[in-house]
This record gives sequence, structure tokens and C-alpha cells, in this order.
Amino acid sequence: MTSTGILQILLFFALVLVCVKPLGAFMANVFDGRRTFLHPVLRWLEVLTYKVAGVREDVEQRWTQYTASLLAFSIFGFLLVYLLQRAQAYLPFNPQNFGTPNVTPDLAFNTAASFLTNTNWQAYSGESTLSYFVQMAALTVQNFVSAAAGLAVAIAVIRGFARHEVRTLGNFWVDMTRSTLYVLLPISFLGALFLCSQGVIQNLKPNTTATTLEGAKQTITQGPVASEEAIKELGTNGGGFFNANSAHPFENPSPITNLFEMWLLLVIPAALTYTFGKMVGDTRQGWAIFAAFTVMFLAGVFVCYGFEQAGNPTLAKLGIQSAATTTQAGGNMEGKEVRFGVVNSALFTTVTTDTSTGAVNNTHDSLLPIAGLVPMLNMMTDIVIFGGVGAGMYGILIYCIIAVFIAGLMVGRTPEYLGKKLEQKEVKMAMLAIIVTSACILVFSALSTQAVFAAKGYWNAPGAAIANMGNSGPHGLSEIIYAYTSATGNNGSAFGGISVNTPWYNLTIGLAMLVGRFLFLIPILAAAGSLAAKKKVPVTSGTFPTHGPLFVGLLVGTVVIIAVLTYFPAVSLGPIVEHYLMHSGRLFSLISWPLGS
Amino acid sequence: MSTVTTTPQATPNPPLHEDPTSLLPKKLARSRPLFDPEIVSRATRASFGKLNPVTLAKNPVMFVVEVGALLTTVFVVRDIIAGAPGLKFGLQIAIWLWFTVLFANFAEAMAEARGKAQADSLRKTKTDALAKRLTASGKIEEVTASALRAGDVVTCDAGELIPGDGDVIDGIATVDESVITGESAPVIRESGGDRSAVTGGTRVLSDHIKVRITSNPGETFLDRMIALVEGAERQKTPNEIALNILIAGLTLIFLLAVVTLQPYAVFSVAQAGAGTVPSVAVLVSLLVCLIPTTIGGLLSAIGIAGMDRVMQHNVLAMSGKAVEAAGDVNSLLLDKTGTITLGNRQAVEFLAITGVSDEELADAAQLSSLADETPEGRSVVVLAKEKYGLRGRHIPEHGANFIPFSAYTRMSGVDFEGRELRKGATEAVTTFVKEHGGEVPGYFQEMSDRIARNGGTPLAVADGHRLLGIIYLKDIVKGGMKERIGQLRTMGIRTIMITGDNPLTAAAIAAEAGVDDFLAQATPKDKLEYIKKEQVAGRLVAMTGDGTNDAPALAQADVGLAMNTGTMAAKEAGNMVDLDSNPTKLIEVVAIGKQLLITRGALTTFSIANDVAKYFAIIPAMFMATYPSLAKLNIMGLHTPQSAVLAAVIFNALIIIALVPLALRGVKYRPLDAASLLRRNLLIYGVGGILVPFPGIWAIDQLLVLFHLA
Repeated sequence: MTSTGILQILLFFALVLVCVKPLGAFMANVFDGRRTFLHPVLRWLEVLTYKVAGVREDVEQRWTQYTASLLAFSIFGFLLVYLLQRAQAYLPFNPQNFGTPNVTPDLAFNTAASFLTNTNWQAYSGESTLSYFVQMAALTVQNFVSAAAGLAVAIAVIRGFARHEVRTLGNFWVDMTRSTLYVLLPISFLGALFLCSQGVIQNLKPNTTATTLEGAKQTITQGPVASEEAIKELGTNGGGFFNANSAHPFENPSPITNLFEMWLLLVIPAALTYTFGKMVGDTRQGWAIFAAFTVMFLAGVFVCYGFEQAGNPTLAKLGIQSAATTTQAGGNMEGKEVRFGVVNSALFTTVTTDTSTGAVNNTHDSLLPIAGLVPMLNMMTDIVIFGGVGAGMYGILIYCIIAVFIAGLMVGRTPEYLGKKLEQKEVKMAMLAIIVTSACILVFSALSTQAVFAAKGYWNAPGAAIANMGNSGPHGLSEIIYAYTSATGNNGSAFGGISVNTPWYNLTIGLAMLVGRFLFLIPILAAAGSLAAKKKVPVTSGTFPTHGPLFVGLLVGTVVIIAVLTYFPAVSLGPIVEHYLMHSGRLFSLISWPLGS
Repeated sequence: MSTVTTTPQATPNPPLHEDPTSLLPKKLARSRPLFDPEIVSRATRASFGKLNPVTLAKNPVMFVVEVGALLTTVFVVRDIIAGAPGLKFGLQIAIWLWFTVLFANFAEAMAEARGKAQADSLRKTKTDALAKRLTASGKIEEVTASALRAGDVVTCDAGELIPGDGDVIDGIATVDESVITGESAPVIRESGGDRSAVTGGTRVLSDHIKVRITSNPGETFLDRMIALVEGAERQKTPNEIALNILIAGLTLIFLLAVVTLQPYAVFSVAQAGAGTVPSVAVLVSLLVCLIPTTIGGLLSAIGIAGMDRVMQHNVLAMSGKAVEAAGDVNSLLLDKTGTITLGNRQAVEFLAITGVSDEELADAAQLSSLADETPEGRSVVVLAKEKYGLRGRHIPEHGANFIPFSAYTRMSGVDFEGRELRKGATEAVTTFVKEHGGEVPGYFQEMSDRIARNGGTPLAVADGHRLLGIIYLKDIVKGGMKERIGQLRTMGIRTIMITGDNPLTAAAIAAEAGVDDFLAQATPKDKLEYIKKEQVAGRLVAMTGDGTNDAPALAQADVGLAMNTGTMAAKEAGNMVDLDSNPTKLIEVVAIGKQLLITRGALTTFSIANDVAKYFAIIPAMFMATYPSLAKLNIMGLHTPQSAVLAAVIFNALIIIALVPLALRGVKYRPLDAASLLRRNLLIYGVGGILVPFPGIWAIDQLLVLFHLA
């Protein structure tokens, strides 16, 4: 690690940190229905939205109604995205004339599930598959509303802790509208303008064909990129306009835009901790969660950056200089953009997988094994290190419940969190959420290592599903596990290397995304419903304090231990063994090894 | 009722132990050594019976272990038949897996056996006595006790067993209740008031009483007691259920992790072209090591043992839920007299009026109290001796006329050598002085009031027409009470003193004892209201009570500890009965409740933390042949893959048996604030739980190799 590298990481973190309180307090005001400085500008639009949609702002919903509204909204969104993709040939803004064959039903399903669940896993490459209209009307819209839905759920869950002896958690439609209108739209509008100013393109032109100096023909892609880019990062979506995602110079042209995009990624999840503290009436509670996030985030960044900066020992053995010197930054530059270098790639990788974004500015497949283990472990925590917009907050509350339940017993009382007794219902729901996600990751990955397809079958190319892997051995296993972890965690980043645009992978990964989103958040909403109805137990010196370093340590310990215990066997056969093999000179860059079947 | 001879105010709550023999050592019927040979052998037998999968299915963790053990055994048998090599390993794994289940069963059986042994000894006392039932015409007919129904009236004479639970409606008798309480000193039972309840199975020692039976056969206190200690009606408590869900959930996650490891292994072995896919025995071993068997095996034992610990304190908890609730209590309602203060007031100072020396006052006070046998009277004599060296004098009976206290005169004293010495309530004595032509100085009333304001009771002393001064009688806060209340506060528990005293006196004693709040001139209705108010604020309330009019409050409280000396109504209303009738015990019950929860949390943490080391033992062992580089994960340096797996399995089984005493005794509980408690326990059971298995597994591995077992 170099001192400039460390400084850049700290600078980035400081930029996020200064926004936590102002943005967090602003969001608390928005969702508690208090006036903010944006109300004079936007309130009329909010009121109009309710009027048009027939929503009664003052009517609250129980957790079941809240969930039903969310599901109804999601099903509608899913169908819309699916149909728009399938019908893109008949729709406007399609200068490249992308037709129906570009989007098969399984791909359309996968993409609809992906954008609906805030995953933004892309089994297609945007520039050669989807029209501008679909990108804007289907995907960018989902970028907004999937993030808004996550935010709404988080707020409802926070209310479950904040309220007492009430049956309702708020109104989904109101929370959705407020999320979009007051939080996501203003920031992404300004963000898009800033990105434009820094060189991110925004147009509706067809691709430009240029002739290179060598006389070869080159297609230069075009499109409404900046508007999608801002919300892609802010909403922790991550679905790139281009296949290269944030590594593409039109999406992320410079270190400045890179810094700004990472800031966009982290700012809402970070600020939500303050919102949480404010809404439950004790900002220390929010800071404790923020501290836990920070510990896990920094640990990830420095492990990832450290291993990347140390470089590949195999190259060192060949006499290739990969240590940092006065003239070069050194490190493992494979799969990285030169304008970002090792540190900003490692940082982006950590930020994008801590949050459920999945945008990438470098190829995760090319990370050294332990550095590649960092994004994988980040996602195996159910993405609760800052996490997605809203999703991180409600996710970490699940872990708070578990941590407090186990450790809270050790103070000799029925465990309480924020004055709410944690009993059967909460524990059941918390465990359910964790079981569902781990089952999804482990079972789908296991199936994909074993599945064999018949000749001329629909599901996949004939032969083993592992034939789709780009690399053999433990690295190949990492690719498969990474794919399902990313899908289940609604992250959407890919290890790359594996060809996933086949019906088998499209459907299983699509299912994993739906399960990871809805079967994770429904139990939490149920727990929130039960918590809201409970009495608030007064705080005494016998109450286990949940705002000090002890709790932060406990929460981090719980998240890490559960993730490690669940996935250690799997990752020991992936990145861990690959790491040792790399040190003994064994690499798995290309398929060259006879495959298993 | 204790007749406090000289106090103007009747004590609101009578001291609960009047019988001085109650201070003698208890018959230790209920405390047995932890590993009593009889209990151990009973438990050992029961552990095999508990292998029945139908009963074991209630414990998901151990059920999974049993299925794993069965599966491994089937494969071993298959290998034996097939004559396959490597039998020694599979066989040992199977044996240790069975031991894992047996050890867990043993823990539960141990906890149950203690209760069962107790129930047996109770049952022996339950003989079907003959009852003398009074017929409507007033005749006595002999029937068996089992023929008695609620509402019947029976008579009992000295030496006879009381045939059923009931209330004394006529007479007074001494009763031996040692069957129930383990307390050999007899107690007095009389009609009317709060000491009318008698329990079936106890024996009348003297006199004759008429009893109205209040319970039907099979529903008596003794029956309920037997059922409770035996655990026949044991239901899982809410927290136990929640914890069970958590560990069942973890079990499911580990099941998934291990089941999916098999395909990953197939993949890896094929890719590497080396090694073999782990056998079923190894996969089952990994699973058993990972799932929280420690807490899974000990969870029910912890709960039963918690109830048993309450029982050892001679408190009968009607449900485990009540014990659990005790740990959660936020507010403790404590009766002043007998709980916070000693039952009796004591003389602490002589305050003479102007013109009278303290010695003269002390002398008169002593003389007036010589014949006063009440604790207050005795304390006056003691004070006079301690402070002024006045020795007890013998007053000849014939030369003196002792005047006992009466509610009418509110004075007592002695007429002796022409002197009329009186002590008593201020108004009574001043009237007496005035009647004898004496004078009462104007400041006297204020002097008396000041004592009352300080929580004391003033007793005026006069010698005929001469008013001498005041004896300051004080409520003495029990030794160590202030510290205990301080500890309770540290634990986050508010104490509220309940007293019949006026607010002035109550405030003074409350301040002295350091309680957080007090309820003065409390009526049963006030108590009930107070409890409801606390509960609305989200607090859990514990209280003690004995009288029938305490019953509603006892029922309302989350933890209601009824005194065994109390009425049946009170005992029915509460969810615990203190057989010693010692209200201070409420504090111990709270501690036991907390200890129970802490034990669960500690062992859960320990169990989960243990997994880290087991991974380092088993994962490299599984895949070292496939990926030799994984040997780097073998940080314990275990000898062979077989010895590593076996060592982990054996450690996992032994840790259960090693922790049985901890589960039965409960972890050490210290009254600390939550943060310090947590820090301490996390260090011991969390960090300790991560570290301990490393040397443990290493040592077992060494032994296995030493004895050529692997």
C-alpha cells in the first residue's frame, strides 16, 4: 500500500462522512412528513402525484398491506420491463434497430428481475442489445423506483423500531413518492449535470462510425448515458449503459468522475444510519451502525487494496517489477483502467460490493484471489456493509436483531433492541431471511457445478453447466459462486469470465435475484410489524447498551461470523485455495484444463 | 398478630418469622450435591431412553446429530459387510456421534432426575389419610381423604394429618409443615386473618382445628408441587422457544453449507484430478461439529436446572415462564417490614427534656421495660445497658405492679416503690402526666414530631407527674439491604418500598434504605394501581404478598411471590410461592432468572464461537489430498486427515459433558450493569469460545495418534 493510495481512500471516506448528518437529517424530515427546504419547489408535485394516483397521504398501512402494495408495484414494474424489452422493435428511439431476437424471453426475464430488484445484473451488453427507449423508459425508471422501494421498506422497518403500540408502518405509496421526489431525483439531476460537465455523454444519436489512423473502422457508441449514470450509482443499481460499465470512458471518464460516482454510491446508505438514529430518537444508535459499517468497509478496502498493490507473485518471479516505485504505482494492473490505477479500482470494487450496486470500474475476475474474496465476502454478508439504498439498512437491522438476541441474553434479560423485546417472531423472521439467502446462493451454485445438459437442449449448450466458465479450477468455482452471490445479494456485479446469457443461468440467476430481494425483505417487514405493536421497555442500567464500541464490535462480529461460517467451505475451495496455489506458481487464467465431465 | 406493646401504631405487616426456631439451620432436604450417585445413575439410564427419535425430534439440533449418527452407522455396517478398508475411522466416528447424542440426553436427564428424586420423596408423604368429615348435622364421619371435595369441613386433632388443602375456620393449632417447606419448626395456624391456610399432608402437632377444604383431590398444593418439581407439565418458555428457533435456523444453514459442499467437492476433485470426495462420515462429522450442539444439547437442561435452583431456594415456581420473567423485572415492590427493615423497631436514643438528665430518663425507661417482653421493650433495656451501663435489675414480683400495654391506654409500665413509671404514645403519656398534675413543656410535641419525621417512633416516658423525655424507636434497615438495593439499581432494577406508615416516616426510611420510590399508607388497591401504572410504562413488576387482599396485585404482577404462610387465595394468585415465607427472597429469584438467561446466552455464544476452530481442523483434512496447498490452513498441525476429523468430533462431544455442571449450576452471576456484564461474558464465552477448541482439538489429536486410534 502506498501513502497516496491510503490518502485517497481516506479522502473519499471523508467526503461521504461529511454528508451523513445533513443528508440523514434531511431524509428523516422527508419521511416524517416535516417541511424541508425542497418543499416550496416540490410539494405541489407530491400533492399532484397523490391526486392523480388516488393515494391518501394520511392513511397508513399495516405491514401486510405495505408488503402487498410493494408486491403489486413490483409485479407491475416487472411486466412493464419485460414487455418493453420484448417489444423494443416497435418502439421509438431505436436508432440501431435492435429487434426482438436480441432479447430472448429468458434474457428479458432475467433483465426484468434484475432491474426490478435493484440488482442490475446484466446478462446482455447494453450497447448491442437494448434501444435507447428501453434503456430510458424501462431500465432508468426501474433504477429510480427500485431504489425508492428499497428506501421505503427501510423507512417502514425503522418505524417498526421507532414506534410503539401501533399496528401501522406508514404508507408505501407515500414513502415511494417521497423517496423518489425529494431524495433520488434532486441528487441524480444535479449528479447527471455534473457528470455531463466532466465528459460523460448525453444524447440520442446513433452510433458514430469512425476510421482509425490505421484505417480500421471503429464504432463509437452514443446514448443518454449521464442521466442513467447518476441514478445508476445513487440508487446503488449498477447496471451500466455499456457493457464495460464504469470502466467505459463515456460512463466514467476521469478520476474525478470516479470519485464522484463512488460518493454517489455510498452517500445514501451512509446517511440512512443517521436517518435511522434520528427516527428512533437516539442518533447514537445510528452512529453505532455507521461505525460498524465503517469497520467492515475499511477492513475490506485495505485487504483488497493491500493484496492488489502487492501484485502477483508469479509475475514477480518472472522479473516483472510490480512493486510501487517513484516512477510507477505498481500492483496488479490486470483488468484495470490506467486512469484509475490499483487504489481507485480496489476502492471502487469494495464500495460497489459493500453497497448492492454492482457497477464496476475494473474486472473483478482479474483481482488476485484474496482481493477477489473481498467483494465476494462483502456480498455474502447479505450486503449489509452500508448496503443498497434502504436494503443495507433493513439488512443490518436483521443482524442487529440476531446480535442483540444472542448477546443480550448474556446480560440476563430477554434481549431488547431500542426498547423492543426480541422474541420468537423477530428471531424467526431474522433467521428466515438469512436462511433463504444462504440457501439460494449455496444451492444454485451447487446445481450449476453439477448440471449437465442434453444435446440440442433448450437450457444451455450441451454438456456441463461449468463449461460456461471462463476459467478452470478454483477460479471457475469462484465465478459460479460469485454469480449467485451477486444475484442473491441484489448486487449485480459479475466476476466475469462466465457466459451467463443462456436460459439456465438467466432463469436461475433471475430467480436468485427475486428470492434475494423479496424473501429477504418480507420477513423483515413482518418483524417490523410485530415490533411496532410492542411496548417500549424503558432504558435502565440493566439494558444492554446498543450505541457503544462494544455493540459495534458485537455487530461486526455477528455479521462476519455468520458469513464466514456459512460460506467458509465454499470459499476455501475457491479463492482461498487459489491464493495458495498462486503462491506455488499455479494460475487459472484460461480454460486449458480438461473439464470434469 | 404481633402485639407491639408500646408502639402507638400497629406494625403494618407482622414480622414473618416469629418463631425463634426458624433461625435454626434448615433441614437440607432440597439441596443435593450436583452429582449425587443416585441421580447420576438414574440420569444415565434415562439418557438411553431419550434416544427415541420421536422424543428427540423436539430438539432439532440433537435430532440432526442422531440422524447423522444413524447414517454413519449404516455406512459402517455396509463397510463391515463389504469388508472395506478404513473401518476403524468410520466406526469411531459413529461411536462418538452416538456419544454426542447420549451426552446431551444425559444433561437433560440429570436436570430432570433431580426434580424426579424430589418428587418421589414428596410422593412418599402423600398417604391416603382418613379424614374426619363433619356432616350437616354436625356428626363426624370417617372418609378417605380422596373422597373430600371442596367445601367439606373436617376436624383435625393433634397428631393427625390434615387431609386436604383448606382454611382453618375454627381453632388454633401448631402444624408441622416440613413436608412442604423442609422447615422442621412448627408454625401456628388459626382461624381468621392471614394465617388460616393449611396444606394437605401436613401434620397437626397440638390442639384441634376445623378446616374447610378448598381443593378437590388431584388438585391440591402437594399434587401441584409434585407435578412442578417433576417437570411433568414443563413447557418451553418463550425465550427458550426463541433461542430454539435461532439454533434450529443455524442448524439449517450449516446443513445447507455441508450438503452443498459435496457437489463443490465433486467439482473440485474433478478439476484438480486428485484426491477423493469426502465420505459421508466426514461430511456428517463436519455438520455435527458446526451445528450448535453445545447449546442444543444443554438448552433444556439449563431451563430445568433454573427451575430446580429456584426450588433449592425453597421457592416453588409455577412455571418456567415466571422464572424467566423474574430476570426481566424492572421494578421490585418490596414490603418495608420484614423485607427492608427488621420486623421490630429498636430503641436507639434517649432524649431527656430540659431539667432531666439522660441517665435518669434511661433508668426510668429501663424500669418501665423490664417486664416488657416485646422486642421493642427488650431493645430499651439493651440500650440502657449499652449507653449508661445500667444493668438489668430484678424487681420483686410482689413489690411491683406491671401494667401491660393495651390498645385503650396505649401505655405500659410499672408501679414500683410508689413510683408510677409509664412509657407509650406521646399523647397518651402527656395526658397521663397532666392528669397527675404535671406539666408538659411546649416544645415537647415538636420533639416528638421530629422523631416521626426521621422515620422513627417516639415513646414518651413519665414518672408520675414528671415528664422525663422520649425514647427514640427506630425502624432498623436490615444489614446489607442498602448495598443490595444499590446492586439492584446497578442491574437496572428500581425498588419501591411499600409501607403502611405515613409519608413522612416512609420517606425517611426510604432514604435510609436507598430505595428508588415508596408507596406510603399503601392499601392493597394502591399496590394494584401502582403495578398497573408501572406496566403501562412498559415495566415488568415483581412483588411479594401474603394476605387475601394482596391477591389481585399478586395476580397482576409479572412475578408474584406469595408467602407460604399466606392465604390460599394469595398462593393461587401468585406465580411463585416461597415456602420459607421470606420476602427478601424475591431478590434471589430475580438473580436466578437472570442467571438462567445469561447461561443460555453464554453457551450459545460459546457454541457458535467454537466453530471457527473446527473449520480449521476439518476443511484442510477434507481437501488436502485434492489441493495439497490447503495444508496451510491446518494451523493446529493435526497429524492426519482422519485424526483431525476425529479429534474435532470428540472435542465436540466432550465439551457437552464438560459443560453439564455449568448448565446445571448456571454461570456465575454478578450484579453488574449490563455493559460490564456483557463485556465480561463476551470475553469469557465469545473470545474464550474461539480460543479453547484449538488446544483442545490439538490435544485430542495427539492422544489419538499416541494410542494409534487414528
